[in-house]
Amino acid sequence: MSLYLRFKQWRDRAKENWNEGQVKRSIFRVGIPNTDRKRVLVVLGNVFLHLHPTKVRSSSVRLRFTWCAGGLSFFLFLVLTLTGVLLMFYYRPTVENAYTDMKDMANVVPFGIMREMHRWGAHAMVIMVMLHMFRVFMTGSYKPPREFNWVIGVILLVLTFLLSFTGYLLPWDQLAIWAITVGSNMAKATPVAGVAGPFSEFLRIGGVPLIHPGDDARFILIGAKELGGITLNRFYVLHCVGIPLAAATLMAMHFWRIRKDGGISGPL
Amino acid sequence: MLDTIKHLIDILATPWLSFTLTIVLCFVALRLRWVWTKWFLALVLLGVTAFLWIGFNDPYAGLILKKADNAPIVIMLYTFPLFLWIAMIQAVQNDKRMEEGGAPEEKSLSDQKTWVWPDLVYIEFIAVILCTVALVVWSLTVPAPLERPANPGNTPNPSKAPWYFLGLQEMLVYFDPWYAGVVLPCIIILGLCAIPYVDVNVKAQGYFSFKERRLAIGTFFFGFYVLWIFLIITGTILRGPGWNFFGPFEEWTPHKVVALNNVNLSEFVWIKLFYNKLYAATGIEWFGQGLPDVQSKLPWEDLGNFGRCLKREFPGLVALGFYYLVLPGLLAKTRCRKLYQQLGWARYSVVILLFLTMFTMPLKMYLRWIVNLKYFVATPWINF
Ligand code: HEM
Repeated sequence: MSLYLRFKQWRDRAKENWNEGQVKRSIFRVGIPNTDRKRVLVVLGNVFLHLHPTKVRSSSVRLRFTWCAGGLSFFLFLVLTLTGVLLMFYYRPTVENAYTDMKDMANVVPFGIMREMHRWGAHAMVIMVMLHMFRVFMTGSYKPPREFNWVIGVILLVLTFLLSFTGYLLPWDQLAIWAITVGSNMAKATPVAGVAGPFSEFLRIGGVPLIHPGDDARFILIGAKELGGITLNRFYVLHCVGIPLAAATLMAMHFWRIRKDGGISGPL
Repeated sequence: MLDTIKHLIDILATPWLSFTLTIVLCFVALRLRWVWTKWFLALVLLGVTAFLWIGFNDPYAGLILKKADNAPIVIMLYTFPLFLWIAMIQAVQNDKRMEEGGAPEEKSLSDQKTWVWPDLVYIEFIAVILCTVALVVWSLTVPAPLERPANPGNTPNPSKAPWYFLGLQEMLVYFDPWYAGVVLPCIIILGLCAIPYVDVNVKAQGYFSFKERRLAIGTFFFGFYVLWIFLIITGTILRGPGWNFFGPFEEWTPHKVVALNNVNLSEFVWIKLFYNKLYAATGIEWFGQGLPDVQSKLPWEDLGNFGRCLKREFPGLVALGFYYLVLPGLLAKTRCRKLYQQLGWARYSVVILLFLTMFTMPLKMYLRWIVNLKYFVATPWINF
C-alpha cells in the first residue's frame, strides 16, 4: 500500500474515532446544530450561550435596534479582565516599583501591547456603556417591567467609572496622581463628612473637631492624609478585585433580569 | 482664509456662545424632521472631519487633539452624532408610520422569533471580531502614555480629572465643590434611577419614537448631550492653564489673566440696588455703610452674628425658597398643569425637583456670564 493511502486510512480512522469517541462527546454533546432540536440543545447546553434564550424576538436581534452596545460593553469587560490579569504579572503596586514596572512593560516585555489594550479598552468600555444607556433610553426600554434592570444598569455605569478612575492612578506618573488628586479632593468637600465641606465644623465635642484630615471622607477614600503608597495599594485592590467582583455580580443580575423581564424589549 | 476660519471657531467656542448654540441646535434639530437624513449626517461628519483635520495640523489644537488620552473625545465627536442620528432617523420614520395609522417598524418583526443559533450568535461573533480588530489596531498604533514619575511637589497646570468627569469639573467654575463634586453627582445618579418610576407613559417602549415622548426625550437630551457630552468636550479642548477658557486654536499661555469681579447676590441687592440708591435719594449716611461683617463662628455660639448673616443673605434665601418651594406649586397650577395631573403629586414632586436641580446648572452659568453672579447665598458655613 502506498504511504499516502495508508495515511488516508489512518486519518479516516482517527476522524471516526474522534467523532464517535468519548472525548468529543464529553465536550460537544450535540454536534453540528443543523436541526431545530439541536439548535435548542446547543444553546441550552453551553454556559455562555445559555445567557440567551433559544429564540429571540426578530426585531431585537437586529443591529439597528441594540447597536450591540450592551453586548460589546460586556465583551470589553472580558477583554479588560484578561489583559488586566496579564498586567498583574508584571506590575507591583508600590511607590518604588509601579512606575518602573510600567516602563518595563513598554520596553522589555515581549508583545508589549497589553497596557495599550487595557487602557484603550477601558476608554472604549466607558463610551460603549454610555451609548448603551442612550439606546435603552431612546427605545423606552426602561419602562415596566424593566425598571429595576435600568437601576442595575445605572449602578453598572457608576462602577464602570469607578473601575476606570481607580485604574487611572496605578501608573503612578504625573497624569495619574494629579487626576486622582482633583477627583479625591472632591471628597474633602463632602457636606458634614469632609473637612472642607459645609457644616463639618459643627461636629465638635468640647472644642475638639470630630471631622479632621485624619478621619474625613477623603481620608477614607485614599487611606491617608495625602496621596501615597497606601492610596496606591487601596486603589489597586479596589481596581483588581473589589469593583470587578461587584460589577461581575451586577452583570449577572443584569443578564438574568433581561431574560426574566421577557427578553430584549419590543413593541407591546 | 484658514486663519479666518480658525479665528471664527475660536469665537464660536466661547463658553456662553457655544453652550447657547448647542442648546438651540439640539432643540431646533429635534423638531425639524428634514435634519434626520443621510445628507445631513454626512454634512455633520464632514464638518467634524474638517475640524479635526485643521486641528491636527494646528500647532496648538494639535497638542490637545493628538494627546493619546484624548482619543475618546475624538471618537465621541464621531460616534455621538452618528448614534444620535441612528436613533432619531428610526424615531422619525416610526412617528410617520404611526401618524398614518400604522404600527412602528419594529412591530412587524416583533411577533416573529429568530434562532439564537446561528443568527444571533453570528451577529455577536462578527461584532466581537470587529471590536477586537479595532482595539488591536488602536493599541498597535497609539502607545499608552506615561508621563514623568509622580511628583506631589509639582502641580501641572491645568490639572484635569479623567475625561468622563470633566463635566463635573467644569461645574466647579460655577459652584462650590460640595455641590459640583458631591451632591450634584449623587442627585444625578438618583435621578437616573428614578427615570423608570416617574415616566408614566408606559406604552411607548421597545421601539424608537420621538413624538410620543417629547418631554422625556427632550429632557434626557438636555442632560446627556448638553450638560454631559458637551461639557466633557469643553473641559478637554477649551480649558487651559488656570482653568481659563482658550479657543481650540489659541495658545495655552499660563499668563492669561481673567479679571475676577464676581458678585454675590447679597452684595448685588444691598449695595448695587438698594443702599446706593437710598443713599443718593436721602443723603443719610447710614445707607452707605455696606454689608454687615459675618464671622465664621458656630451659629449657636453667637446668635447676633448668625442673625446678621441671615439678614445679609435674606434676598438669596428668599430666591432659593421661591425656586424650590413655591415654583413647583406655581408650575403645577400653570404651565405644568397637565404634567401634574398625569403624574400625581408624588411623582410630580420628584420630577420637578430633579428638573429644578438640573436647571441650577444653566441658570448659574448664564447668571455668571451676564451679571457675574458668584453665590445666591454666601455664608461662612455654606455657599450656593
Ligand atoms: C457594564 C455595563 C453594562 C453591560 C455589560 C450591559 C449589558 C447589557 C446587555 C448585553 C443587554 C442586552 C441588550 C443590548 O445589548 O442592548 C442589556 C440590556 C439592558 N440594559 Fe444594560 N448593560 C450595561 C449597562 C447598562 C446601563 C448603564 C443601563 C442604563 C442605565 C442599562 C440598562 C439596560 C436595560 C434597561 C436593558 C434591557 C433593554 C431592553 O430590553 O431592550 N445597562 N444590557
